[in-house]
Amino acid sequence: MSGFQTNNTVIKWIEHRLPIFSFLDHSVGSGYPSPKNLSYFWNFGSLAGITLVIMIVTGVLMAMQYTAHVDHAFESVERIMRDVNYGWLLRYVHMNGAHFFFIVVYIHIFRGLYYGSYKAPRELLWMLGVVILLLMMATAFMGYVLPWGQMSFWGAKVITNLFSAIPFFGDGIVVWLWGGFSVDNPTLNRFFALHYLLPFVIVGVVILHIWALHRFGSNNPIGIDTKGPQDTIPFHPYYTVKDAFGLGAFLVVFSAVVFYLPNYMGHADNYIPANPLSTPAHIVPEWYFLPFYAILRAITFDIGIPFTGVVIIEAKLGGVIAMFGAIAVLFVLPWLDRSPVRSGRFRPIFRLFFVLLAIDVVLLGFAGAKPAEGLWLLIAQVSTAYYFLHFLVVLPLLSVFETPKPLPTSISEPVLKGGGGAMAGAPAKPMEKA
Amino acid sequence: MRKGLIFGLAALAAAAGATVAAPGTARAAGEGIPLPSFEWSFDGIFGTYDRASVQRGLQVYRAVCAGCHSMDYIAFRNLAELGYSEDEIKAMAAEAIVIDGPNDEGEMFERAGLPFDYFPAPFPNDRAAAFANGGALPPDLSLMAKARANGPNYLLALMGHGYEDQVSDETLQQIFALETEKRQTQYEANLENYETMLEVYEERVEAGEEATRPTPPEEPQPVESIEDLGLSEGLSFNAYFPGYGIAMAMPLFDDGVEYADGTPATVEQMATDVANFLMWTAEPKLEDRKGMGIKVILFLLVFTGILYAAKRKVWADVH
Repeated sequence: MSGFQTNNTVIKWIEHRLPIFSFLDHSVGSGYPSPKNLSYFWNFGSLAGITLVIMIVTGVLMAMQYTAHVDHAFESVERIMRDVNYGWLLRYVHMNGAHFFFIVVYIHIFRGLYYGSYKAPRELLWMLGVVILLLMMATAFMGYVLPWGQMSFWGAKVITNLFSAIPFFGDGIVVWLWGGFSVDNPTLNRFFALHYLLPFVIVGVVILHIWALHRFGSNNPIGIDTKGPQDTIPFHPYYTVKDAFGLGAFLVVFSAVVFYLPNYMGHADNYIPANPLSTPAHIVPEWYFLPFYAILRAITFDIGIPFTGVVIIEAKLGGVIAMFGAIAVLFVLPWLDRSPVRSGRFRPIFRLFFVLLAIDVVLLGFAGAKPAEGLWLLIAQVSTAYYFLHFLVVLPLLSVFETPKPLPTSISEPVLKGGGGAMAGAPAKPMEKA
Repeated sequence: MRKGLIFGLAALAAAAGATVAAPGTARAAGEGIPLPSFEWSFDGIFGTYDRASVQRGLQVYRAVCAGCHSMDYIAFRNLAELGYSEDEIKAMAAEAIVIDGPNDEGEMFERAGLPFDYFPAPFPNDRAAAFANGGALPPDLSLMAKARANGPNYLLALMGHGYEDQVSDETLQQIFALETEKRQTQYEANLENYETMLEVYEERVEAGEEATRPTPPEEPQPVESIEDLGLSEGLSFNAYFPGYGIAMAMPLFDDGVEYADGTPATVEQMATDVANFLMWTAEPKLEDRKGMGIKVILFLLVFTGILYAAKRKVWADVH
């Protein structure tokens, strides 16, 4: 089983007592066979992992200088920018790292959506990914509060207030979250504690995510299982070097933003110290939350029994449910899309709807940035409706009514002949269920 | 590959689209006229501060702005970055009176400022500052160039082009047109609201209930002059301030200061110098950042190129 061999006596000595070298070899070394046809979209998993490390390293270093107190937080961030050696670099890397983390992860998720990476036997792998996304969102939100600027404060206020929509216990929960009767020092303190804690929880779930990944290995662009050594290549050196190249390209773009447009994706208002007595004209979350923010604000109507005036779900609660529902629906995605064909490459109709979903999410993002009124509210409502329709209606129906294109018989076949879906192959047959 | 492209475009559009959406909101939310765009020495990849201009800006700040605005994050020692000598900095700091202490007897005492002291604030606290300025708190200026969207352009436009005596007729007409349109839209919304209320009123009257007749909204007059904007008492008109009414009276006048380097002190010149100075106070590490960026990106380009070559070589036998 273990293909790990060495003649180095020191490594042998250690390996015998702690088999860490064979473990690494199986994880990211030559002992981990990977499909030979992975495209550059498969770089984004490792990129996300590396970004997480960058965030933790810069974050820990900044935590050594940061003061989590309403009277000093803003000032301490400015001290980092001005008086700490390379503090400006740490902060701009951390600040923009959050944006790039979401860019990378969103591409990673859409890759999974297109190539059916959530399907059997990778359902748990996918669900762990959704857990990571949720944890990332919580971490990013709390991190944004820490500089204690205007958007920090008012963002915290708006988002924590969402919980007041919960029937009966809502107000109590909000007071409990705040640690008082308004967003104040106790809130900032606990957000700092949790912002420091959650990234390590993310690391834990990432380990599970990778563990689940290694059970069956990566999915691939044509979405059929590897059928033997002719379909695979060892992870090292093939994918280590490919991931390293991808990382280099990523860092070029990342550096361009950090060094030349560090505040481009931020909001000017957050350079104004928090003032509970002055509400900003428009409270806008960071761009990566905008689609969800649009869904939250799209529910402007009470839901009840028609013609009786009985309200079951008030508009505010409806918005909160829809927003969390937008992520919850991803959890059950493996059971909504029952098509036996994984890759969108062989699903002509699915592909159209996939593009529609991508456009839909972008539209939601734009709508989230605008005041919820007039045309933009309507766009947000239609887009929200389509978002849920896509997952709850379109995908289940497609599983039944769509005729997929014929699948190739193996990965090596199209790779060897240099063809994609155009080549004639075996007729589509359901994948073996795990 | 072609098929991967569809997916690629969609995913990138999702990421890029959302990225573009965010910054646009700042100005769109301002609901004012667009800012003019000026040229700055700190723009671009090789941007640096125009030291002479920043120094002049400091002079204007000390002579004019510092009467009302604090500068909490700048210490006298920071001025070394602008090219001032140690003696000059000591002399400038010594002009400030700083409250220090308590001393060995437990008393607070006054002393002359030293280079490590921060710029003294004109008022002991925000309440005092607001009280002395008719209720409007003059904001701290340290971060002003980053705390407003498109900061440097905003500051120069505000101080040098926005006040009633400065504003161009073209800009005024733009504002009047915009405001007239806004009032018309508001009126139409009010009218619709009124009609609904009127219906409710009539129904109630028919049912014999008590009700007060709603008053119809007034038809808006077109905005044709600054007076028509209806700014509150004590506010000055400024084309670039949100809402057009600013509590700060026009701060700069020709020859308001006498520049140490002999540059003619026009309003435009002073406003430019102050904007340059405020950009420096907001982002003092800009030159370090841009200088390091070139090296980092050049290194990464070469390194990524090598990695690409390595990738090609390793993968040669797979393709």
